[in-house]
Amino acid sequence: MAKIIVDVMLKPEILDPQGQAVGAALPRLGFTFAKSVRQGKRFEIEVEGEPTPAQLAEVAKAAETLLANPVIETFTVRVEK
Amino acid sequence: MKVGVVTFPGSLDDRDAARAVRAAGGQAISLWHGDEDLQSVDAVILPGGFSYGDYLRCGAISRFAPVMTSIIERAKTGMPLLGICNGFQILCESHLLPGALTRNKDLHFLCTPQRIAIENTNTAWTSNFEGGQEIVIPLKNGEGSFQCDDKTLTQLESEGQIVARYVGKNPNGSRNLIAGISNAKGNIVGLMPHPEHAIDSLTGPTADGLAFFTSALSSMVK
Repeated sequence: MAKIIVDVMLKPEILDPQGQAVGAALPRLGFTFAKSVRQGKRFEIEVEGEPTPAQLAEVAKAAETLLANPVIETFTVRVEK
Repeated sequence: MKVGVVTFPGSLDDRDAARAVRAAGGQAISLWHGDEDLQSVDAVILPGGFSYGDYLRCGAISRFAPVMTSIIERAKTGMPLLGICNGFQILCESHLLPGALTRNKDLHFLCTPQRIAIENTNTAWTSNFEGGQEIVIPLKNGEGSFQCDDKTLTQLESEGQIVARYVGKNPNGSRNLIAGISNAKGNIVGLMPHPEHAIDSLTGPTADGLAFFTSALSSMVK
């Protein structure tokens, strides 16, 4: 069984108030390393066997249709070993 | 005139929307998200609420509900379609309207009477307003910040597709103070504030919202 990972992030030009709130909370807790924070979503999709290129293309299609909104978000598809 | 009001799992404002239709003199027909049959309605309202719990993104799952297949098809051929709040989010997710609604800039859920200016009175839902008319109706949302790319924004501005704009301080970070937009044809309108909660002074801050519903009824008579 393999796991296909789809990461979804807001496009850089889209305001991310949630990421900003996290970024503002870090220094209050003493974590001073972050210049900025952006928050996204991660989908873990289990499939039987090793994913084929056709399967990955299908996942990308699903990501474009449902998992991400291409108007404001970008996504990447990869296989986790 | 029959106006359908869709109920999705998690819709909140379907009853108020139906009440507004009746107050405007129309017949309100309840439509169910799981049923493709639009029961020969002349117009449709997608009400506010938290359809499908706002899971994934607001409106993202509702967009694929069976009823939406028929609604998208009819709206593309000119049927008046109004999306309020969550309904607006569904219209954007359906790509019937451009752009997207994102988290309010300050992350707060807003619930307040809001002054807006009606800028375009050539849509199916705003013809009974005067251009530039300022009204006060409730604004209540967590994800009402209208975002789009520069090209889309320029197009919305130049084609007069901005139906309503917030007056005064920007409540949620929407680009160019956008409170509502329409498609190029003007039959599809998305609004973040809630006209259905302001149809009489007993239950709303004003009765300013009623004209959205009377507009649709008069546009269908024409």
